[in-house]
Amino acid sequence: MKQLTAILEGIGSTLQLLARSAAHVGTLPRQRARFIEQCYLIGYTTLPIVAILSFFIGSVLALQAGYSMQNFGAKQFIGSLVGLSLARELGPVMVAILVAGRVGSAIAAELASMKVYQEVDALETMNIPPARILVLPRLAAILFMMPVLAIIADLVGWFGGALVSNYVNFIGIDSEAYFAALRRYMHFKDVMNGLIKAEIFGFVVVLVCCNIGLNTRGGPREIGASVTRAVVTSLILILVLDYFVTKALL
Amino acid sequence: MPSCSPTRNPFTAEETPAVAVSFEGLSKSFGDHVVLKDITFNVEPGEIFVLMGPSGSGKSVLLKHIVGLEAPTSGRVLLDGHDAADEEVRAQIRIGLVFQAGALFNSLTVYDNLALYLREHRLSTEPKIREKVMHALKILSLENTAAKFPSELSGGMKKRVAIARALVMEPQLLLYDEPTSELDPVMSATISEIIAALKDEYHVTSIVVSHDRDLARSIADRVGILMDGKLMHLGPPSTLQNPSDPRLKDFLNPKIDLKNPRFKKLET
Ligand SMILES: Nc1ncnc2c1ncn2[C@@H]1O[C@H](COP(=O)(O)OP(=O)(O)OP(=O)(O)O)[C@@H](O)[C@H]1O
Ligand SMILES: [Mg+2]
Repeated sequence: MKQLTAILEGIGSTLQLLARSAAHVGTLPRQRARFIEQCYLIGYTTLPIVAILSFFIGSVLALQAGYSMQNFGAKQFIGSLVGLSLARELGPVMVAILVAGRVGSAIAAELASMKVYQEVDALETMNIPPARILVLPRLAAILFMMPVLAIIADLVGWFGGALVSNYVNFIGIDSEAYFAALRRYMHFKDVMNGLIKAEIFGFVVVLVCCNIGLNTRGGPREIGASVTRAVVTSLILILVLDYFVTKALL
Repeated sequence: MPSCSPTRNPFTAEETPAVAVSFEGLSKSFGDHVVLKDITFNVEPGEIFVLMGPSGSGKSVLLKHIVGLEAPTSGRVLLDGHDAADEEVRAQIRIGLVFQAGALFNSLTVYDNLALYLREHRLSTEPKIREKVMHALKILSLENTAAKFPSELSGGMKKRVAIARALVMEPQLLLYDEPTSELDPVMSATISEIIAALKDEYHVTSIVVSHDRDLARSIADRVGILMDGKLMHLGPPSTLQNPSDPRLKDFLNPKIDLKNPRFKKLET
């Protein structure tokens, strides 16, 4: 019962934060510098690891698919399988999980420490809404960066799959055949689907992490607790939302 | 409240009225812990009010009610007759609060800490902001710290930056939470002079939480003493010379008694 009210309170305060941030959308043009800084931080912290992980996920997908399909003589469809799984599902989910771990945790830690050391209080006494300068630029930046990250994940993953298909002996599908299959069964809609998912996950992760950070109470120990809570909540939300968004987009 | 005298702000020629603050039966508890009990008093526009009291008596909590960071359990705080809990009311009045721990923005340089308010409220052009910020830094002998981050400053320097940051806001009401507690005697005197000058030249209302008896004696219009959540004493600084209440006497002139120390009395 207590937990249920805590969850409902969390949802309520998150939505309120969203409304308060949205109310300041008009100030975005003059917050250019903050927006660019946040885009840089998001890209800088996640791009390398997104590239590495998607490369290996693409490779392993091709490997598993090649192994299971060799008996059916369906190897020529490897390209479509890798392409579709990455674009529709694995790309966006993987990027969202990495964003939760690297960006979400950093946001929660920074805002929690600002709260604990009264910087947020100082902003409030100056009539500068924290939602405007702390939350809004981060939300805008994640909306801008998520599609970029997801597209890079797709491309690198496809490339990894192509390499494996080409060079692993028992598969032996050359790149041309691989990409032909990928193009043949995959449509623009599939990529769009994935980008919409990525956009939703990233936005929710950043919003939730901002809210948990700003609602930190107590001392330095609570900063750590907030970071853990922010990441765990983000991961759960990504997987739960994944089901519903996938269903809605089918 | 009585009508407000017009005032000029320290860094501009703009005319703004000084603000009156009244506490009406203000009580505050955290759970079972009663911190403030039915506090009622007024701070007149343009007055320097010094609030003293033992550590933990609720002075910081009282200040936080004025800026809406704490909500009263019962009673009200009024700013020029309007409830301070109302965001709209606070948005109309420029209130500077110097936090006890500074509360500087750790990710911003000293310069940007000071400039933030002016920039966010688009009150000046960048060259004008530069002028104001450098002026405030100069008053507090901080010119060389403009490019530094708060983590690179000493405790007393942070305190001065916090004061400078409040001054740049051109406040009508200035709240200081122990402004001189970490400063050397000369800097403490400078802070007292700044507070007095803001009153004389610009009629800023100031509420100063401080244990600094020199400061209270030399610049306060009135002194209040908070003890056990109640206002034990209220009057001009001259009334502090011969307090009747023994607890006040001990608080204001604690004798260091080596033969019969306080902490030993507690043990028996
Ligand atoms: N957020 C809070 N939650 C619970 N108790 C609090 C909170 N803030 C303050 N208190 C309690 O209120 C009392 C008064 O605190 P306050 O900070 O106002 O003291 P103070 O008079 O400013 O003391 P000092 O001179 O040491 O700064 C303390 O006993 C403190 O424990
Ligand atoms: Mg205090």
